[in-house]
Amino acid sequence: MSDNNFDKTSIDKASQLSFSTPTKVDQDKRNFLITATACTGAIGAAAMAVPFVGSMLPSERAKAAGAPVEVDISKIEQGSFMTAEWRGKPVWIIKRTDAQTAELATHNTQLSDPMSEVISQQPTYCKNSHRSIKENISVIVGICTHLGCSPSAKLEKGGDMGEAWAGGFFCPCHGSKFDLAGRVFKGSPAPINLVVPPHKYLADNTVLIGVDSDSTVKAGG
Amino acid sequence: MADKQNVETTGIIGWIDTRFPLTSNIKNHLTEYYAPKNFNFWYFFGSLALMILVMQIVTGIFLTMHYKASAAEAFASVEYIMRDVFGGNIIRYMHSTGASLFFVVIYLHMFRGVIYGSYRNPRELIWLFGVAIFLCLMGEAFFGYLLPWGQMSYWGAQVIVNLFSAIPFIGPDLSEWLRGDYLVSDATLNRFFAFHVIALPLVLLGLVMSHLIALHEVGSNNPDGIEIKAKKDKATGIPLDGIPFHPYYTVKDLVGVVVFLIVFVTIICFAPEMGGYFLEANNFVPADSLKTPAHIAPVWYFTPYYSILRAVPPVMNSQFPGVAAMGLSVMVFALLPWLDKGKVKSIRYRGGLYKKWLAAFVISFLVLGYLGTVPSNVWGQFAVNMPVIGGADRATVVARVFTVIYFAFFILMPWFTSADKTKPVPERLTG
Amino acid sequence: MKNNLKKSTMKNLLISLLLLPLIALANEGAIGVTAPIDATDYASLQRGAKAFVNNCLNCHSANYMRYNRLKDIGLTEAQIKDNLLFAGEKVGDTMSVAMSPKDAKKWFGVAPPDLSVEVRARGADWVYAYLRGFYRDSTTATGWNNTVYDKVAMPHVLYELQGEQVMNHETHKLELAKPGKLSPSEYNDYVADLTNFMAYMAEPGKQQRQHLGWYALLFLGVLLVLVKKIKNAYWKDIK
Repeated sequence: MSDNNFDKTSIDKASQLSFSTPTKVDQDKRNFLITATACTGAIGAAAMAVPFVGSMLPSERAKAAGAPVEVDISKIEQGSFMTAEWRGKPVWIIKRTDAQTAELATHNTQLSDPMSEVISQQPTYCKNSHRSIKENISVIVGICTHLGCSPSAKLEKGGDMGEAWAGGFFCPCHGSKFDLAGRVFKGSPAPINLVVPPHKYLADNTVLIGVDSDSTVKAGG
Repeated sequence: MADKQNVETTGIIGWIDTRFPLTSNIKNHLTEYYAPKNFNFWYFFGSLALMILVMQIVTGIFLTMHYKASAAEAFASVEYIMRDVFGGNIIRYMHSTGASLFFVVIYLHMFRGVIYGSYRNPRELIWLFGVAIFLCLMGEAFFGYLLPWGQMSYWGAQVIVNLFSAIPFIGPDLSEWLRGDYLVSDATLNRFFAFHVIALPLVLLGLVMSHLIALHEVGSNNPDGIEIKAKKDKATGIPLDGIPFHPYYTVKDLVGVVVFLIVFVTIICFAPEMGGYFLEANNFVPADSLKTPAHIAPVWYFTPYYSILRAVPPVMNSQFPGVAAMGLSVMVFALLPWLDKGKVKSIRYRGGLYKKWLAAFVISFLVLGYLGTVPSNVWGQFAVNMPVIGGADRATVVARVFTVIYFAFFILMPWFTSADKTKPVPERLTG
Repeated sequence: MKNNLKKSTMKNLLISLLLLPLIALANEGAIGVTAPIDATDYASLQRGAKAFVNNCLNCHSANYMRYNRLKDIGLTEAQIKDNLLFAGEKVGDTMSVAMSPKDAKKWFGVAPPDLSVEVRARGADWVYAYLRGFYRDSTTATGWNNTVYDKVAMPHVLYELQGEQVMNHETHKLELAKPGKLSPSEYNDYVADLTNFMAYMAEPGKQQRQHLGWYALLFLGVLLVLVKKIKNAYWKDIK
């Protein structure tokens, strides 16, 4: 393969290293090229990170499982509630009596955020005194905003909650109290009101939880 | 450990250097590690192998987040990754393509070692670590191949595990122990998963570290097969034909990396099955313990050894000689440093005798590799009335001939390397 | 001289490495027919989806395929709901089948396989040939046989459309004995759409990865020029 004359070259190079120090011009060119390549490479690395980072997002299966749920609310009696499941979370659908709805306005002073103004915990269409689309029906995610327990229903006035209790929900973990619109009472460990999920009425007695009235699918994406 | 007086750096680096040999390591292994200046094409594959290893580990970690190592769910979870997980198909194809290209790169890397005599004194231990890495990689590939739980996964594992039952006396119990069941099953899948994702990767990383430490201890060989350390600059002690690894070889390897990535991306995006060589069609059928596919063959990187297994006839009704020959065909690489008695290291200064034997070996490796992918009746049979080979499968006979050549290359190596007419070796690198 | 020689072998090796995928791509076929499918023809894919849901999904599942993935082929969620979903199914569900594998085994002798990745296992050409290859055969249990799948357990589900074929044992060719609702060319189109859909379903992400591939290659091309320039800039030092 190689029978060429190597003696000559070996004499030439006998006493010097194979590499020399670069000139200033060379160095500038290199620095420029390195910057250019590093920037290009960074773009490539960022693009390459997309599938890896994205792979940890909820998958299509998780999204399908978390898709909007249709709930028939015709069976709920006045003054009672039912629990539906949406994305593995309990969602309460509460049917207040007229009296209970009227009661809501009377205890505003005892609440941390009666008009739902401090931190938005509901879609804009539920930003009202009863935090719901229909005056008497509230749809609320039953997860305490303190540490994530699910509060128990104490819908009746008084009872074991004491004389002043107007009816609502009580979190067994740390004693947070919420009213029948999911608004938090002052002095509770929970800092803010319960969440109202995006929802809309498909018919008078059918509510779709997880989708806004502007029909953007929050779950499907 | 670090001696305060020796630390020349200041600031954060200085703080680290008094506590951890950061700067000295960078110097020893990069900026003042002197590599021969004449590395050619063949020297890209070491750094590429390292890059693929990292890539396999990273993609593997992300696959593990979604894969289910259970017979009932494994196949479905792979399709789940392919369809429901964002970017899952890219990650999975990176891993499956990476596996095959790992072997492409490793085979080229090993071939480089062979042609330039990189296994010779003083680099025998580097070579032995390398052979261990190769074995480990084969295990890694084998265990990993069961995980998709397709028909080829299943029957491939079945056949390979059954090879162990050919070992005299302990064989049947051994293969049962390996499977943890009377057939390849959920228990087998679970343990293969454990080997694939944690046991072997740890061993592999340790071996790769040792491989590199040993390499940097004695320094790299080169296409001329001469020691650059023999001729040093009198004042600095730097080898006259050496250049700092960084920046010169880092920038050069970067070119190799980008070219490799072009090939890699082309395969992933346009031919991830690679015509059935990287992902076999039958592996898209879920494993079925009652139905063997019509033709099963290992993945391409195992086929030369598989051919040897099939070529060796059973002796006294025992498959053991074939199994032993197959094992030997891999292990024999470890003996190269002691089988090669040549006066020169590099193929550049070897004579015709060595080159002919090497060519014969490469051809037999490739032919055996091809024959391992096809059924043994692929070329039909010899006429029945022929002496000795009458009625035998043509392909089997050819495989036998090349198996003999394969082993002859190693067995006869002490002879043809010492009897070879070598050319004079230069004192300095020729470029 | 020597250097040139080395350079050219190097180049050849590189080029052959780059060409390998193409060789692999060309290395298909052997069934005798090529399925006339086109993954970019959404109209065909949509017709195929409908044919699949109406004909195959009664017995065969496609458990890895989600209905809402069909947005890939130009369908809206409402269209999927109205045209393809069975009662009670949600658009995010997979194409499962009500029949349990155990019942199926009892009724057919073998459980009808899941078809999600059938095309990747068999190839589109095979599926196309299979769907056109049914013929009357009194010796089999179902009364049907198939040119590419001897004594297949599945009866000819589409015979109303295709009609009944018989095997001419002299020419070894199929002949249409009793025409169906569709003409032979209409039937071929119908089956081609179905095959097209099954090929899409076998790997829904295929088009997207090929699309990404071009961008990635373009990017790497730019990067290659840059790293090559850096390499040359540094290697100026080397004597």
